[in-house]
Amino acid sequence: MTFSPELEARLAKMLESYPKGRERAALIPMLMYTQDEVGHISKELAEEVAKRCGVTTLQVEEVVGFYTMLRTKKMGKTHLQICTNISCLLVGGDELWQHASKKLGIGHNQVTADGSISLEEVECIGACSWAPAIQTNYDFHHYVTLDQLDKLIDDLRRIQ
Amino acid sequence: MPYNKPHPAETIIISRRFHLPNSASIDTFLAHDGYKAARKALDMSQDDIINEVKKSNLRGRGGAGFPTGMKWGFVPRQSPKPKYIVVNADESEPGTCKDRLLMEFDPHRLIEGCLIAAKAVGAHQGWVYIRGEYRYLIDIMDKAIAEAYKANWLGKNVQGTGFDFDLSTHTGAGAYECGEESALLESLEGKRGQPRIRPPFPAVSGAFQCPTILNNVETFCAVPDIILNGGDWYASLGVPRAGGTRLLCISGHVQSPGVFEVPIGFPMMRAINEMAGGLRPGRKLKAVIPGGSSCPVLKADECDLPMDYDSLAKAGSMLGSGGMVIMDDSTDMVKAALRIIKFYQHESCGWCIPCREGTLWLKKILTRLDDGIGVRSDIDLVGELAENMLGRTFCPLGDAAALPTISIVKKFRAEFEARLAQVQVPAGVSESLVRIHV
Ligand SMILES: Cc1cc2nc3c(=O)[nH]c(=O)nc-3n(C[C@H](O)[C@H](O)[C@H](O)COP(=O)(O)O)c2cc1C
Ligand code: SF4
Ligand code: FES
Repeated sequence: MTFSPELEARLAKMLESYPKGRERAALIPMLMYTQDEVGHISKELAEEVAKRCGVTTLQVEEVVGFYTMLRTKKMGKTHLQICTNISCLLVGGDELWQHASKKLGIGHNQVTADGSISLEEVECIGACSWAPAIQTNYDFHHYVTLDQLDKLIDDLRRIQ
Repeated sequence: MPYNKPHPAETIIISRRFHLPNSASIDTFLAHDGYKAARKALDMSQDDIINEVKKSNLRGRGGAGFPTGMKWGFVPRQSPKPKYIVVNADESEPGTCKDRLLMEFDPHRLIEGCLIAAKAVGAHQGWVYIRGEYRYLIDIMDKAIAEAYKANWLGKNVQGTGFDFDLSTHTGAGAYECGEESALLESLEGKRGQPRIRPPFPAVSGAFQCPTILNNVETFCAVPDIILNGGDWYASLGVPRAGGTRLLCISGHVQSPGVFEVPIGFPMMRAINEMAGGLRPGRKLKAVIPGGSSCPVLKADECDLPMDYDSLAKAGSMLGSGGMVIMDDSTDMVKAALRIIKFYQHESCGWCIPCREGTLWLKKILTRLDDGIGVRSDIDLVGELAENMLGRTFCPLGDAAALPTISIVKKFRAEFEARLAQVQVPAGVSESLVRIHV
């Protein structure tokens, strides 16, 4: 498996960022960055990363199973993450979650039929003082209102 | 980032570059005292640096509040093994959002803090472990690190002093438990984030089984000013056994939530009423989580206190991570307890039974109480179960789940009772049988 030249350069640098013989340390970063390009961690990707980090595929799968951001399933073009943890809950995070779920007709970790949006109820994303907060892929949105979320979903559906 | 304007009552030290134009760039940094402390430290002896940090009474800002200078002093300097620096930028304690600001607006300050720590213990390599959700901050840190290499504040022979130091970012992948120091080290090494048995502590055996200084972002960021202005100066800003200022993240039911820098020992009610604009009109204070959701909650009448380690401990809670969650009288405490335990259940790494099973059962019981189908004995069961977890888990996550739960049930019991199933229990019938009928 090969990746884009930019990603290949990043991976090469990554492997050099740890002491000699400790290439396994690059495993999680490598999974995160390759997942971003490939979409999800397929069997093929797991095997490729295992080879590059000098571990077995089983060791990769064991790690993938532990971390919530590593996914073996294809997600939507936009992954919509809504925080309902305590600070967000107090100022409407749960209402945002209910609204998005109802409007999209999908639940936690599900994808819309057209593949445009996937939804996840997430734990605190470090935006508590600017709550309620959500993330679309890696982008933060703060002080989100129901109307803004509603419009955001309409826009995301259009750009599939 | 909609970062609030500084409030006049703040004591601005660590956040002083936040509002400068282009604050993250090395040029801005250098024009505002940047790397002056590192330059000074590179000419200081290891003992002198560590003594200055000891004198400052700086205590870890990640939650546990361990004295930083003492921790640095534990590193066995004669050890032939390489020594490492690891920054805990996993920031996942609910209510906490301060490390984000430090990395977004002043990334070079963190690099400078790491460089000073490296010099203090003779480390030549380090990693900034940043939670995966903070990708934009990883990009900002990567850029700052590249600038620092170019200007020779990182790399070989830093500023011609003969000292080498390499630093890189390392992304997490979504796991609160990886904020716990030993789990973080496992994760850094490419494994599941399960904690290690301690001792040995990271200072003796950390990353790759080598002596490692592991501190929170804000802790490293406090170090440059300590070196520049002296440990005594920093200590004098705080209270007798805890020096300096810290970033308070105020969230929840206040009119102007935000992040504010205050000296240790700042009055809690002033932070709420002055800095965060007080409660919404017509609302009264009900409860406060003083330092992230792992801390026992305080009732409104317990909140008139200075925010220092001892005062919070006396009140039965903790200073924690600086994440203050304010709840007014509209808050449903049963729902709050359930949401908090849901988080810990989700994040339990599953390694030990009291935490893995305890959080699961707490979630189940609190769910039925919240759904209005609980019975009276459920309330006691929540308390007992949580008490039984205390001190019996492999890492502190178990306590972090139990402590807030115990405090909410104890302090707001009437709210739980008001939500019990409305059924009559016939004499001689076990209460738990009733559940079948509701
Ligand atoms: C479950 C758990 C999660 C933690 N999460 C964090 C975190 O996100 N950031 C952090 O700095 N410390 C966190 N800590 C505390 C670390 O274990 C450690 O004490 C701290 O990083 C040490 O740095 P300090 O002395 O500078 O605070 C956590 C601890 C536990 C038990
Ligand atoms: S207390 Fe919880 S998080 Fe910590 S080791 Fe045990 S199961 Fe894992
Ligand atoms: S609780 Fe939602 S961002 Fe922290």
